[in-house]
Amino acid sequence: MNIFEPENKKLVESEQDFVVNVGPQHPSTHGVLHLKIKLEGETIKAVQPHLGYIHRSIEKMSEAGSYRQFSYLTSRMDYLSSHMNNQACALAVEKAIQVEVPERAKVIRILMAELTRLASHQLWWGAMGLDLGAITPFFIGFRDREEILEIFEDTCGTRLTMNYVVPGGVMVDLHPDFQKKVVAFLGRFKKRIKEYDDLVTGNIIFEQRTKGVGVISAEDAISYGCSGPVARASGVSCDIRKLHPYDGYEKLEFKECIETEGDCFARYKVRMEEMKESVKIIEQLIDNIPEGDFQAKTKNVLKPPKGEWFTRVETARGELGVYLISDGTMKPYRVKFRSPNFSHVSALEHMSKGGKIGDLVAIMATLDLVIPDVDR
Amino acid sequence: MYDFSGVTRGIHEFLSGHFSPLGVTLWEMVIAGVVLLLSLVLIAFTLGYMERKVAAFMQLRLGPNRVGFRGTLQIVADTLKLLFKETFVPQAADKMLFNLAPIIMVVVTMLSLAPIPFTETLQFYDMNIGVFYVSAVTSIGVVGILMAGWSSNNKYSLLGAMRSGAQIVSYELSAGLSIIVIVALSGSMQFSEIVQSQANGWWIFKGHIPVWIAFVVFLIAGTAELNRAPFDMAEAESELTAGFHTEYPGMRFAMFLLAEYLNMFILAAIGATLFLGGWMPLHIGNLEGFNKVMDFIPPLVWFMGKTFLIVFIIMWFRWTFPRLRIDQLLTLEWKFLMPISLVNLILVALAVILGLHF
Amino acid sequence: MIRYLAMYFGSIIKGVKSLLKGMRLTGYYFTHHKEIITQQYPENRDNVPMGDRFRGEVVMLHNESNEHRCTGCTACEIACPNGTIKIISKWEVNAEGKKKKAIDQFVYHLGMCTFCNLCIVSCPTDAIVMAKDFEHSSYDRKTLTKILNKPGSKIETGVE
Ligand code: SF4
Ligand code: SF4
Repeated sequence: MNIFEPENKKLVESEQDFVVNVGPQHPSTHGVLHLKIKLEGETIKAVQPHLGYIHRSIEKMSEAGSYRQFSYLTSRMDYLSSHMNNQACALAVEKAIQVEVPERAKVIRILMAELTRLASHQLWWGAMGLDLGAITPFFIGFRDREEILEIFEDTCGTRLTMNYVVPGGVMVDLHPDFQKKVVAFLGRFKKRIKEYDDLVTGNIIFEQRTKGVGVISAEDAISYGCSGPVARASGVSCDIRKLHPYDGYEKLEFKECIETEGDCFARYKVRMEEMKESVKIIEQLIDNIPEGDFQAKTKNVLKPPKGEWFTRVETARGELGVYLISDGTMKPYRVKFRSPNFSHVSALEHMSKGGKIGDLVAIMATLDLVIPDVDR
Repeated sequence: MYDFSGVTRGIHEFLSGHFSPLGVTLWEMVIAGVVLLLSLVLIAFTLGYMERKVAAFMQLRLGPNRVGFRGTLQIVADTLKLLFKETFVPQAADKMLFNLAPIIMVVVTMLSLAPIPFTETLQFYDMNIGVFYVSAVTSIGVVGILMAGWSSNNKYSLLGAMRSGAQIVSYELSAGLSIIVIVALSGSMQFSEIVQSQANGWWIFKGHIPVWIAFVVFLIAGTAELNRAPFDMAEAESELTAGFHTEYPGMRFAMFLLAEYLNMFILAAIGATLFLGGWMPLHIGNLEGFNKVMDFIPPLVWFMGKTFLIVFIIMWFRWTFPRLRIDQLLTLEWKFLMPISLVNLILVALAVILGLHF
Repeated sequence: MIRYLAMYFGSIIKGVKSLLKGMRLTGYYFTHHKEIITQQYPENRDNVPMGDRFRGEVVMLHNESNEHRCTGCTACEIACPNGTIKIISKWEVNAEGKKKKAIDQFVYHLGMCTFCNLCIVSCPTDAIVMAKDFEHSSYDRKTLTKILNKPGSKIETGVE
């Protein structure tokens, strides 16, 4: 018996069934996701995701590191929102050891998180264009993302897996040029976002490809555990930044972007709106970063008391939850991550059933899957 | 002024002095074949280079710039690389069809090059049903795609081949209808006569709205027949990895590429001949001086210029638009292009019968 | 009927307009080569734009008289999450005849380093820093194991 394919979930029922393996190496799965799809002509009858190709047991590895060490691993989960992942871990540890983060560190964290969100959405925009067959958006998205990554590189030293947010604050102070560069970038980006609209948003082919495709209702979105832009496109209000503010999001003015159609185009619109909102948030903070420490004074070895803590943040893809159990030693007893993409993959079949192969690609593109985050 | 007949006559006389008439014919065929092959390879390389550069500039990149002057030899290097690759045939493939498919693709494209008039005298075979011949021969290409898709024994390939079958069969209609518009206007199927009919103005200028519509329809349907983005359903990189040629390695894959680029050239050449006056220089009314200057430019340059203009437009499409879905693709054909070009053809036919055109 | 036709042609015109918009953008980039963003590596090797704090590899600072600031406290070794650093220490007799611990070899396995910066921030004497060098690829894995303290180097006087 094949343990990976339970009897009741068998795809191939008769010889007539046309089952295609999409992945693990496939251009539009953005990584090593393996989907088995059953086709009838071009129409999709069933989708079965097979996971685990990039499982690195990050949760188990976290148990081996100290409280300072484990959070750098989370940069490798959803590598496009590594700041937020680190932030979630830092928040959990801070809750455990009960340390107050200085104002300056909080502001820096939000700035970095929103820049990461921007960068992530830009990459998503480009990659979505690529999935739908337009290659130019990819380069335009990457051009803008590159500027953000350069800002990261100045301050954090790395571009993707920053490990910049640490328990108690941030690792090092901002680069002296940070503010100047961010302001300059925002000025450019606000003009360039119009190009995004010219090239993709209004394009009739794009509209045809995404409108009414991959619809998921609010109820289904909730029951599948969707979060982030995917759930908000179905009309579920689930922005953690609004509902459970952390690190001072409560003081900021921004809108939670909600659409009600629940199709690919709605998800697209939500993400485009989120980019504009992120720009607004950064603009509110960039000119008045408070002076002060960038890190709270903490002991060299962090030793939280026995207990359990849960924190969550809004990453670029949805809600990331960190569940931390301490047994009073210097290493976490158990760390559990609730990653947004895992839930989204499970909703894939619901969305794409009855669609064409092209629809499946469009749905995967607008779900914005990051496979290492699915498998961890 | 620029005439190749002198050269060809010279060769003919030289050969006649040395061989019997049969030998002369054979030698001439060999020479024509070699020249054709070389020029085809040259054209394909040029198009490959052009495509990369156009794509690169549209995407804020530099494109190939390492091998040769500004990367001109990059495509040669790539071909060499493909030549050295193993010619691998999948175990479960239908070996004969698998090997035959790329050859069919290339042969078909070369065949359809025969009646195209590069200049007044540089034309391989000026048959009286040139237009008909080209549209008939180009549609054999789909057989090659179907063979490739079927024989690879790969699900992606099969899907790609089936898509492309449906697509090419549908788009052939509107491409044909838009060609017929010009045939009706010029009253001939012979390429040389169609070009001559544009001596006093290209059809795109003389023909007004019906010809503009026909031209646009021709461009769209032609792009679709070429299997190029936004209509690249047969390849659909992000859906079917590489579609019908997923399993083809090395030189066989290069042959598909060659066929694709040559097809693009042929389509553009037909478009240029039918709508933009072929090798005819641009004349404006009775501006004598201007017309003289235009005459001074060799016809081959005119022809190539127009062809590459259309090629550029097709490339521009490819690097701007997202891909359509297969059902939308067919909707576009049957709900929009077909009815429009039918109505258009009726209009043109009426105009021709009533003698309204000029 | 008329309304239907108007809708039909309206949709065509709207669609074509949206397509032309996109073509205008790509056409703009095609003609404006100033916008090209390609970096021509390796031609620009000498001035690759790079952040000041770029984390390329861990190096140990040495001054002119071949002295470093590492006391061999192993704080960095403990802080490193994946055992990249190994400090081998020895006993040294200093000028006053007192025995003192000092580093013999600061072993750094570049192949295992994730450039997380934890070792740098944990070092109490700022003996190690991140260098900007990033061209680490090599055919032999042995070359990636580095001894960071230079041969014959001593600890700087006054560093405890
Ligand atoms: S940068 Fe990180 S992984 Fe590398 S040596 Fe320092 S602590 Fe270890
Ligand atoms: S480099 Fe710094 S932390 Fe590491 S052993 Fe030397 S003094 Fe200690």
